[in-house]
Amino acid sequence: MTTEAHVHHPNYVKIWAILVVLLIVSVVGSMTHIRDVVLIAAFGVALVKAYLVAKNFMHVNVEKRWVPYLLIVCLLFVVILFAGVAPDVMKHSGEHWVNHPANQSGESGAATKHE
Amino acid sequence: MSASAKPIANTRSGTGIPTARLITWWVIASEIVIFGGLLASYIMHRIGHPEWAESASHTITWAGAFNTFVLLTSSLCAVLAHKAADAHDGPKAAKLLRLTSLGGLIFLGVKAFEWTADIREGFVLSSGGFWAFYYTLTGLHGLHVLAGMIIMLFVASDAAKNQELQRVECIGLYWHFVDVVWIFLFPLLYIAR
Repeated sequence: MTTEAHVHHPNYVKIWAILVVLLIVSVVGSMTHIRDVVLIAAFGVALVKAYLVAKNFMHVNVEKRWVPYLLIVCLLFVVILFAGVAPDVMKHSGEHWVNHPANQSGESGAATKHE
Repeated sequence: MSASAKPIANTRSGTGIPTARLITWWVIASEIVIFGGLLASYIMHRIGHPEWAESASHTITWAGAFNTFVLLTSSLCAVLAHKAADAHDGPKAAKLLRLTSLGGLIFLGVKAFEWTADIREGFVLSSGGFWAFYYTLTGLHGLHVLAGMIIMLFVASDAAKNQELQRVECIGLYWHFVDVVWIFLFPLLYIAR
């Protein structure tokens, strides 16, 4: 059984070169230590890189329409998980509650070294 | 093996997508929920615990960046293998798939170096929330890289004989997904401090 071409193959080396340049941008951007620049360099660039890989290497854009729908539905489940749980996890106190262990964890520092 | 001797699931295409590729997309969809859930949990905990920034400052950025470069390059090899398979050039596809696997091996080697350095510094799975997520996320991702490498070598051995060339695209899709997961792991674990 052989494969039947269902995609037009673009210049993959050119796309790879763009991805490498974006990687360099994200690393250099992180060295500025300016919060907004670091966030854009890290996560903005990651989103662009993921889009380029999905579109040009995985060919999601020329796949049957319900394939991207399937992937988007799965992503939505992740968003629902985040929206449902995040308020409790990201905040350490509310109107009638305080998460004391989380506060203590913050005060005692991040990590314990195992010597 | 002739096409008629194959199980019907291998040859039918009720959705308009060959079954093998259809299954690969379903695997990727389920992996989105697995990795997405873990990443979402990490992000919300990371925002809730700004003190984790101190732990994150111990990860080795250059190693993460190098591994990103390795995975991007191996993804290029995988998609070129797909192109070769479309041109019915099995031996070339096999060679490119083996190169992709080599990329996976280099990635795992660098990851082993990183884990060794972290553990020698005293940062283990139980050293705090950040390290628990770090080892879980990179460990699970590493297992996916290993699985992809093994499957790819089997696909390459068939492709070298110009057999089952449709599998080249499927293993490539999986590999690109593993690449996309790393594209998000890199800034989350190595850059955001």
